[in-house]
Amino acid sequence: MLNVIWLALIVISIVVAAVNGRIEAVNQAAFEGAKTGVTVCFGLLSVLAFWMGMMRIAEKAGLLEGLARLLSPIISRLFPDVPKGHPAMGYILSNMSANLLGLGNAATPMGLKAMEELQKLNPDKKNATPAMCTLLAINTASITLIPTTMIAIRMQYGSANPVEIVGTTLLASFGATIVALGLDRWHRYRYHRKSG
Amino acid sequence: MYQWISLISLWAIPVMIAFILVYGWSKSVPVYETFVEGARGGLTTTIRILPHLIAMMVAVTMFRESGALDWLLSFLAPLLTFLHIPKEIVPLALLRPITGTGSLAIATDMIAQYGPDSFLGRLAATMQGSTDTTLYVLTVYFGAVGIRNSAYALRVGLWSDLAGVIFSLVIVSYVFS
Repeated sequence: MLNVIWLALIVISIVVAAVNGRIEAVNQAAFEGAKTGVTVCFGLLSVLAFWMGMMRIAEKAGLLEGLARLLSPIISRLFPDVPKGHPAMGYILSNMSANLLGLGNAATPMGLKAMEELQKLNPDKKNATPAMCTLLAINTASITLIPTTMIAIRMQYGSANPVEIVGTTLLASFGATIVALGLDRWHRYRYHRKSG
Repeated sequence: MYQWISLISLWAIPVMIAFILVYGWSKSVPVYETFVEGARGGLTTTIRILPHLIAMMVAVTMFRESGALDWLLSFLAPLLTFLHIPKEIVPLALLRPITGTGSLAIATDMIAQYGPDSFLGRLAATMQGSTDTTLYVLTVYFGAVGIRNSAYALRVGLWSDLAGVIFSLVIVSYVFS
């Protein structure tokens, strides 16, 4: 599906640009986009390297295992395919808590470590497992307790009450998460029926 | 309330860092070597993600610059009027799943233009805060471990983004009208 979206985005852009007479702009956009990709990646590099370093210490010290054991009743319900006490659980948990606190850039490295651990459990390395899809569903819906970035921007533009959107954000993201988990359940059910 | 939140976001990370280091030390983990080893993992991960990000950013930037995004918006206009959805919010709703920085720029722009305490300003902030960059998350997470077939993850992500957009509209209209 990503194949189709990617292809469609580019082909449609070129056709529209031709009609609009904006071929020059699209020409530039291609390389501008590539450059943005590199810039974003370098922005990620520092944060990823730092948090993955910290997480490696936490892992070796047994912190993640402890955390996973503590909250396994909740997570094992969300991830029934992951064995109890598996290191993936600890990473999934830290990923979820960082997301809750609106620490997006701390959440990504932990999510990536979780993904690596889930990949170790994956019999078919090219295809995503239901557990991986659930992890993504939680991440893309992202329940947010404190939308830090938005509060900061509202402050910057002189809002009378910068935090008044905390409630609406929490409700909206909670709703989106319920929808995501519901859809995830449904697809998981169909997935298991199809593969026997 | 705000003091508490800014206090928490100020202290959360330093406290976490100190806790992990001290706890690791107490469990006789060689903290420096372990940190460097983990950070090296971060480096390889970033390099694995890079091609995926370039591919995605190229497509998105081309789509915006070609005018295709504007066409899509004017095509949707009658439907939006019918549903009482302000058309100013549509670029944000459409770009949110595709680009985090792009949609953040739009949300910031809306807040600057209409004011943080206007309906559109509040709606933009809520929408930006309650949804996530599905395409980016998918690209990065699956790219990092070499998954080719994303199964149903994209579908679930995009539908939940739509849900987030609708919930934001309904909740902000209800709470702040």
